[in-house]
Amino acid sequence: MENPILITENLKAYYGNHLVLKDINLEIPRLNITAIMGPSGCGKTTLLRCFNRLHELSPGGRIEGQIWLGDTDILSLDPIMVRRRIGMVFQRPNPFPTMSIYDNAIAGYKLNGMKLSRVEADEIVEQALRGAALWDEVKDILHRRGTFLSGGQQQRLCIARALAMNPEVILLDEPTSALDPKATAHIEELLISLKSRVTIIIVTHNTGQAGRIADYTAFLYLGELVEFGPTERLFTAPKDRRTEEYLSGKFG
Amino acid sequence: MKQLSDTLFNAVVRSCAIGTLILVSGLCVTLVIHAMPVFRHSGLSFLFASTWDPLRQQFGALPFLVGTVITAVLGVLISLPFSLSIAFFLGEYFPSGKLSIFFQSATDLLAGIPSVIYGFWGLFVVAPFMQKIEIRLGIMPYGVGIATASIILAIMIVPYTASVSREIIKLVPSDLKEAAYALGATRWEVVRHVVIPYAHSGILAGILLALGRAIGETMAVTMVIGNRNEFPKSIFDPANTMASVIANEFAEASDDIYLSALIAVALLLFLFTTVMNMFGRFVIKKLTVRQES
Amino acid sequence: MRTGSYSRRIVVNRIMEGVIFFFAFISLLPLTLILFYLAKKGMAAIDWQFLTHLPRPVGEEGGGVVNAIVGSAILIFCATLMAVPLGVGAGLYLSEAKEGKLSYWTRVAVDILQGSPSIVMGVVAYLWVVKPMQSFSALSGSIALAIMMLPMVIYSTEETLKVIPYTLKEAALALGVPYYRTILKVVIPAGMSGITTGVLIGVARIAGETAPLLFTAFGSPFLDINPLKPVAALPLVVFNYATSPYPQWWEQAWGASLVLTFLVLCLHLTAKIGTRRWKIQF
Repeated sequence: MENPILITENLKAYYGNHLVLKDINLEIPRLNITAIMGPSGCGKTTLLRCFNRLHELSPGGRIEGQIWLGDTDILSLDPIMVRRRIGMVFQRPNPFPTMSIYDNAIAGYKLNGMKLSRVEADEIVEQALRGAALWDEVKDILHRRGTFLSGGQQQRLCIARALAMNPEVILLDEPTSALDPKATAHIEELLISLKSRVTIIIVTHNTGQAGRIADYTAFLYLGELVEFGPTERLFTAPKDRRTEEYLSGKFG
Repeated sequence: MKQLSDTLFNAVVRSCAIGTLILVSGLCVTLVIHAMPVFRHSGLSFLFASTWDPLRQQFGALPFLVGTVITAVLGVLISLPFSLSIAFFLGEYFPSGKLSIFFQSATDLLAGIPSVIYGFWGLFVVAPFMQKIEIRLGIMPYGVGIATASIILAIMIVPYTASVSREIIKLVPSDLKEAAYALGATRWEVVRHVVIPYAHSGILAGILLALGRAIGETMAVTMVIGNRNEFPKSIFDPANTMASVIANEFAEASDDIYLSALIAVALLLFLFTTVMNMFGRFVIKKLTVRQES
Repeated sequence: MRTGSYSRRIVVNRIMEGVIFFFAFISLLPLTLILFYLAKKGMAAIDWQFLTHLPRPVGEEGGGVVNAIVGSAILIFCATLMAVPLGVGAGLYLSEAKEGKLSYWTRVAVDILQGSPSIVMGVVAYLWVVKPMQSFSALSGSIALAIMMLPMVIYSTEETLKVIPYTLKEAALALGVPYYRTILKVVIPAGMSGITTGVLIGVARIAGETAPLLFTAFGSPFLDINPLKPVAALPLVVFNYATSPYPQWWEQAWGASLVLTFLVLCLHLTAKIGTRRWKIQF
């Protein structure tokens, strides 16, 4: 693969003494959508949370190995710096309840004490909300609380919030599992439109979703990376028996 | 790689917790240190002697211990029928609805009135009434005394037992009650044979909490107990409690031993209430654990 | 269950119901009486002069309790200033930190404080502040009140912050916000109404307290905002006037009682409304 944006080398993740991810060697292609799939408990969310070093905040969370973002080993960086370059969107939409839509969009700047002039802030907010396909719906109510939006809109607001920081990668952890089909479709469309500017890694347990939007798919089982490749090839001609069984619904 | 500001922040927050601990320990230590002189002076007879004569440097705290216990116990006993009735009324018969809200608000109001106002009202309304009764009975019409103090205490602690018990009673699972109804039991029988046995430790805890409150109650008692430093011989006699003797005499305590004696009384009071409260909370915790299992 | 004759059981049921209802309603009697007396005698004593003038010596007409109103305000304000930072910090520690020795013993300390009689706080404040300073003061009174308020603030801060969903913290952390800023700018603002309610409940508790002020703030016939001098307070006025031998002062005591009760009940009401609103935030 040319110029992958993220490379993991012998990545191991622990909860205390319990080994959850076993020697993951993965290359995430730049400016594509990569899906991480697998049955419950296979470690896909853990892998995602290793990328932005959120795993270390869980009780007993430990990482061994290396993760390269471009040519920097992010495990040797300050985690806070990592998280400004790799953003995250969670399963349940979580806009900050005490902030307006406007403030939520630039929350990354505000909370970090980064000063923005009014003009700069306005521009960042608009760009982010447009990028999240939310601008037209909220441009007149920017100063209302974020929690007044529908579930799908809240999730797009969270995507805008992540986009506003201009990250190189955005991680999404089952972002549509709490949403209805229509909102899900919106988000899927949105992600496809975003991949030209930011690399997307999405954890999903929905094979249909992976099939629809992911260029590449990684299949995890019991903490091991079983198979990785272009989605179409993985789905139609899986090399590993376990991948095939998962895709045909035998387990998971 | 933890940033300096995070470490600093954590240290500050942690020191608040430590500060609270130091505060309470300091409180205990201060009381003990300043109470020591009187114990050195009178020894353990401080706790058992019944003469409190500051002028002659005789300090026996027994009358106050007795006064405290009698008023508190009487107060709780008098309040029981009322607080339990309210607890059952709100927990069982009318757990919701307008009447319930009205009663609950009234109970909360009772709990919110400051102690000094209870004392004032007690002094000017209940004491004269008590005097009339005492005249009828042919005894010294003090008006103030153990009886009056117990009545005022009873009124003040009704809300405490009532609200704790009410919560416990509401927790009784309805399927237990329905099983009893299905067997043809009347309302009262369900209360007696299902609700009370299930909730009895919670009710007990509520009573203990109220008792702890009653022991520590100062102002209302000070104003209606008559302030006499002797053993009461009947419930119509004036007396003093640990809290009321401190309230009355602290500001005028002339010499160090006298002050130390009063501080020792404060220490005793503190220990009493702490033990009562710890016990009450222990019982509540045991009850909650039982519910969850 | 004994099955006595059916009609007898019905009668017992009715009687017990009656007994319970009777006692429950009688309980309302003292409350009504107190409120009635407060309203009747209190209103008689309150007028514009009462609320805005200083007390006059016995025998002279008029006089008011403005120094007590101001004094109470000062005491409450200073107590809150001392109790809130310490209390919120301790509550924050208890809600965030891992369970261990410090958490355990801090909780024990808070429990002890919560159940301690207010007069004991007064004694301690006397020994800590009045004795070294050789004078009564508003400062010592505030300290006594602050100690009393502390457990309430700690408890409600801990409970509020515990309920805030972890996802909120995660969202901020994922944006690269350091931990301390996450707490200060996301978690605490989200819990603000709960914490404020706790503070209000604490204030309601100390506003009516007399015992801790008896030998700390001590009371004063003057209006003085110097925290190092003794200060008047509404509960002290009620106590001193009620136990004095002067009927004039008794009247004023009713007026002060009404003002005090009104103040305290308003605080309780506000705290109650706050509790209800805060509970449905998430």
